Amino acid sequence: MVNLSVSLAGVELKNPIIPASGTFGYGREYAELYDLNILGSFSWKGTTGQARLGNPQPRIAEMTGGMLNAVGLQNPGIDAVIANEVPNIAKLFQGPVIANVGGFSMGEYAENCRKLNEIDQVAILEVNISCPNVHAGGKNFGCDPRAAAEVTKAVKAVTKKPVFMKLTPNVTDIAEIARACADAGADGLCLINTLLGMRIDLKSRKPVIANRTGGVSGPAVFPVALRMVWDVYEAVDIPIIGCGGVSSAEDAAEMMLAGASAVEVGAANLKDPYACKTIVESLPAVCERMGVERIADLTGAAHRS
Amino acid sequence: MKKSLFTIERVRQLTGDIYELTLSGDTSAVTAPGQFVNIELPGKFLRRPISICDWGPDTLTLLVKVVGGGTDQLVRCAPGTQLDVLSGLGNGFDLSSARAHAVLAGGGIGIAPLYGLARRMLALGQTPTVALGFRTARDAFYLDEFAALGCRLLTATEDGSLGSRGFVTDCIKAVPACDYVLACGPLPMLKAVHALPQLQGGQFSFEARMGCGFGACMGCTVPTKDGYKRVCKDGPVLYKEEIVW
Repeated sequence: MVNLSVSLAGVELKNPIIPASGTFGYGREYAELYDLNILGSFSWKGTTGQARLGNPQPRIAEMTGGMLNAVGLQNPGIDAVIANEVPNIAKLFQGPVIANVGGFSMGEYAENCRKLNEIDQVAILEVNISCPNVHAGGKNFGCDPRAAAEVTKAVKAVTKKPVFMKLTPNVTDIAEIARACADAGADGLCLINTLLGMRIDLKSRKPVIANRTGGVSGPAVFPVALRMVWDVYEAVDIPIIGCGGVSSAEDAAEMMLAGASAVEVGAANLKDPYACKTIVESLPAVCERMGVERIADLTGAAHRS
Repeated sequence: MKKSLFTIERVRQLTGDIYELTLSGDTSAVTAPGQFVNIELPGKFLRRPISICDWGPDTLTLLVKVVGGGTDQLVRCAPGTQLDVLSGLGNGFDLSSARAHAVLAGGGIGIAPLYGLARRMLALGQTPTVALGFRTARDAFYLDEFAALGCRLLTATEDGSLGSRGFVTDCIKAVPACDYVLACGPLPMLKAVHALPQLQGGQFSFEARMGCGFGACMGCTVPTKDGYKRVCKDGPVLYKEEIVW
């Protein structure tokens, strides 16, 4: 019997598999298909202070080995999520929930996180810093180590929940951003967010996505994400949630070997709504083949062999 | 929604770029005409959402227009090919709201869901008129199938090579009693139909570039008078009064 449980900054998960933010809504659609309680946790849709309508259509494009999206953080806003989604999540899922929080200023990040203090089921705050800073000419918080550290401090000041900063890969040195967040008191990191990309339609000669650019995800980005998890694991001593292109239990194990304590599964859910269920069910056999009794022992093991 | 394997039984070319695919499999998740399926294709990351033309207890009929690599791959599948399909997606047409003098208006490949819709309305004792628009006679398809259902059929082509010269809106205007439409077709057609002053109401089926097809990713949401709606989950059929152009 393989022990699949893992720990993220003191939060116990029954297994390391977590549907990634933006691919799982607030759980409703998938709960129609399977019992969400098989999951380690799930990361809800990126939630901002105000309701956001998101970007114009089209928002989606395809590519070999993955997809691009420019949804634009469409969400009903933190108050509506607390009023309408949180009570429903409690019915669908009894485990710890990861609240993905977005923001466009330090104050907004802090305020959104503060509002979640009373929600016991929210066990971890996952702070999406791939958002443009309206007070700094729209530069992403996550592209500047100082801004990333400031958001970390601002959120840590208002919450006792573990704070995981979700890092963008669209930087020169992700380890530098990771260190800045860790030094500022982050309890953990989640990486990677999507990679910036675009497609152009041959007929119209225009970008396929109305927003011009979109975030690349899917199996094609897996090696990129894996390399970044490796680099960040070398750079910091806080737990990492590995995310990016994971579509099988083998991918999840590989991500853990690189340094992840738990693994988020994103685009795979959109192609196969049962992807996370299949991965959870396949994990024991993968561990047995690897001769592993406790899956947590995989974390960072590739750095030691 | 159900995820299951379907087997291609038959592929029939209807026009230069439109094919009829007959599949066998479990259709128990399909509950209303106007719903769609989302088909996985080898080598393609995203599934291909295809409107359901008609279905029986264990058969599914799809009309597919080749518009790119994925649809080309789909229509080239040999009989016996197994496809991973998410079935019973979307809301479909609401038959209970359709009025006595309803016209089913379709343009091009958009006529596909109207066939299953017409068949079910006739079974309920309703007598819809079907108005189909094509660019030219060469592009027309499924006329015999609609005629065989026994409903009144009007056609229009842009060059007058088949039926009346003009658009599907002209067919609707030719039915003064019509005060309700159930429409599917290209956006300019839907918009023109929506603007007809004779209509008291109607239902319009929309296309969208989708991520998941089952409401999770917010890839296909559009503004409506009742807020943003997901074409894949809250649609693809929207009521006339909620549509924002």
